[in-house]
Amino acid sequence: MKRIAGMLLVVLAVAGVLWADSALSINGAGATFPYPMYSKWFDEYHKKNANIAINYQSIGSGGGIKQVTEGTVDFGATDGPMNDEQLKAYADKHGSGILHFPTVLGAVVPFYNIPGVSADLNFTPEALAGIFLGKITKWNDPAIADANKGIKLPAEDIVVVHRAEGSGTTYCWTDYLSKVSDEWKTKVGKGGSVNWPVGLGGKGSEGVTGTVKNTPNSIGYVELIYAESNKIPYGNVKNAAGVFVKASLAAVSAAAAGAAKDMPDDFRVSITNAPGKASYPISTFTWLLIPEKFSDTAKRDAIKGFVKWALADGQGYAESLSYAKLPKEVVAKELKAVDKIQ
Amino acid sequence: MPSAGPVAGSRSFLSRLREGDEIARMVTFLFAASVVLVTLLLVFDLWQGSVLSRHKFGFNFFRTSVWDPIFDHFGALPFIYGTLVTAAVSLILAVPLGIGAAIFLAELAPARVSDTLEFFIDLLAAVPSVIYGLLGVFIVVPLMRQYIQPALKHTLGFLPLFQGPAYGIGFLTAGIVLAIMVIPYIISVSREVLLSVPRDQREAALSLGSTRWESTWKVVVPYARGGILGSIFLALARALGETMAVTMVIGNTPAISASLFASGYSIAAVIANELTEATSNLHYQSLIELGLVLFLLTFILNGLARLLIVATSQRGAGMGHA
Repeated sequence: MKRIAGMLLVVLAVAGVLWADSALSINGAGATFPYPMYSKWFDEYHKKNANIAINYQSIGSGGGIKQVTEGTVDFGATDGPMNDEQLKAYADKHGSGILHFPTVLGAVVPFYNIPGVSADLNFTPEALAGIFLGKITKWNDPAIADANKGIKLPAEDIVVVHRAEGSGTTYCWTDYLSKVSDEWKTKVGKGGSVNWPVGLGGKGSEGVTGTVKNTPNSIGYVELIYAESNKIPYGNVKNAAGVFVKASLAAVSAAAAGAAKDMPDDFRVSITNAPGKASYPISTFTWLLIPEKFSDTAKRDAIKGFVKWALADGQGYAESLSYAKLPKEVVAKELKAVDKIQ
Repeated sequence: MPSAGPVAGSRSFLSRLREGDEIARMVTFLFAASVVLVTLLLVFDLWQGSVLSRHKFGFNFFRTSVWDPIFDHFGALPFIYGTLVTAAVSLILAVPLGIGAAIFLAELAPARVSDTLEFFIDLLAAVPSVIYGLLGVFIVVPLMRQYIQPALKHTLGFLPLFQGPAYGIGFLTAGIVLAIMVIPYIISVSREVLLSVPRDQREAALSLGSTRWESTWKVVVPYARGGILGSIFLALARALGETMAVTMVIGNTPAISASLFASGYSIAAVIANELTEATSNLHYQSLIELGLVLFLLTFILNGLARLLIVATSQRGAGMGHA
């Protein structure tokens, strides 16, 4: 018994030494929405660079911002850019800044359960804002019906379903509603969790989907990737150019390209309601948050190497996982920004 | 060992240490003290962690019902209400069922049936709460929407409790799912307590000419009252703190409504839902303060429970003597 225990100890010790020796371990935490993409990337990158292991915990964007600010992780990730107050808090604590790097794109789609209606509905921004503000309460309201000629909509009450927990999906959805409706902007605002004027809260994408499926005459929203992988039909949304667009990877990339021309140097940009006829209006970047200054040069070089790889080869993995690729202009601009990491 | 007491007292500290008594005493004391220590640390940490929100809102935190993370208004009232209402609904349903089942298992059922069922009840008590949540979403919610809520509306619809649109989720559904979760606790503990009532008590009652049911209801159950109440408070504690199963069926709307069909929110649920994505400090600290409120709530209810046990057990003893 003692011998076995002793041998186990030796094995553990050797394994520990080897483990510590073999890989430079980098820790990140944050957004849940890009998690499947990131875990694929970290895995592939580790295969190519056996000496670098990147661990990522998908604890949520808020947690990512908090942890990178507190310095408990090497980098963060978020679905909504850090605001000025948060940037200031980071700078005050570390004496240097933090950089945003868009990695891939996603979109949020409206979906519904109306008995007898199987066609894809068209939604105007006014209709979506009105429904989620609780001002449009019947499915046959002219604001909805006028955009859906030929579809018989029932005179039933609309049941609104939203995400209960804070999420990047809600950030993107409310960011869009804030842009298209002044009333939404002043009354509700944008954020990962907001004070919803109406509706039921479902826990997670699966909770929202379940509630909508269970509740006749309801409407909710989920990420495009979730709708695609679960074969949930969803509606079209009218974009800034006045065209009803069905969400797709191409339509999301188009929205990003539309926004790329005016991309600010810190990449903190919202691409909801983007210009361009082909743009899907409820699209968003998701960002890595990387400190400007590293005290550990090995870590710095490893992270820089990873970001460069993710922007080039890494983009090739995006579409197979239903994320939209970054437009070339954005990639070029980001590659320059990588050199800011010191 | 009749002389052990005085001898132990006269031995020197060192010899007691050598023989292990003192070590055992110190080690077990440390274990016992750690319970108090953890509790104090918890309160201290929650208190420290909610400085901002306590200073900003003060007592208004308990009086306002707006929860707006964007414009930084936080009030705990709807969450306190939701927590209490769902716990109350669950106990109203679970207590009669649970105690009734415990009486059957302890007093009336053959031993083999009782032991077999006890096995299943213990199994139920060990099911993770997310499973109960799924059960709620996929079975209870559709049942509520299609059958139970329309039936309640039809029969008791004149009461404000059963009015408004019925989506299947809300206070009532959360209370029912909680009741399903806490019933095993009540049955399991109450059954043990009933079984431990001395045989003399039953025999005395029977020999005085009472029926089996009279001996059970008028003698055995009052004798076990303290333990049964204990099982109910264990159930209450679980109902107050349950997170996952509640958030999946309560609707997650921070609102106060008289109707049990309406959707609401509970303290544990909102903390679990919003803490990870709370980006503003005030939002984060308000959630921590909610944790403090839940702790207080549990503390107060537990205190009341103790009082109730003391009060009733004294009355029980008095009745026994008379």
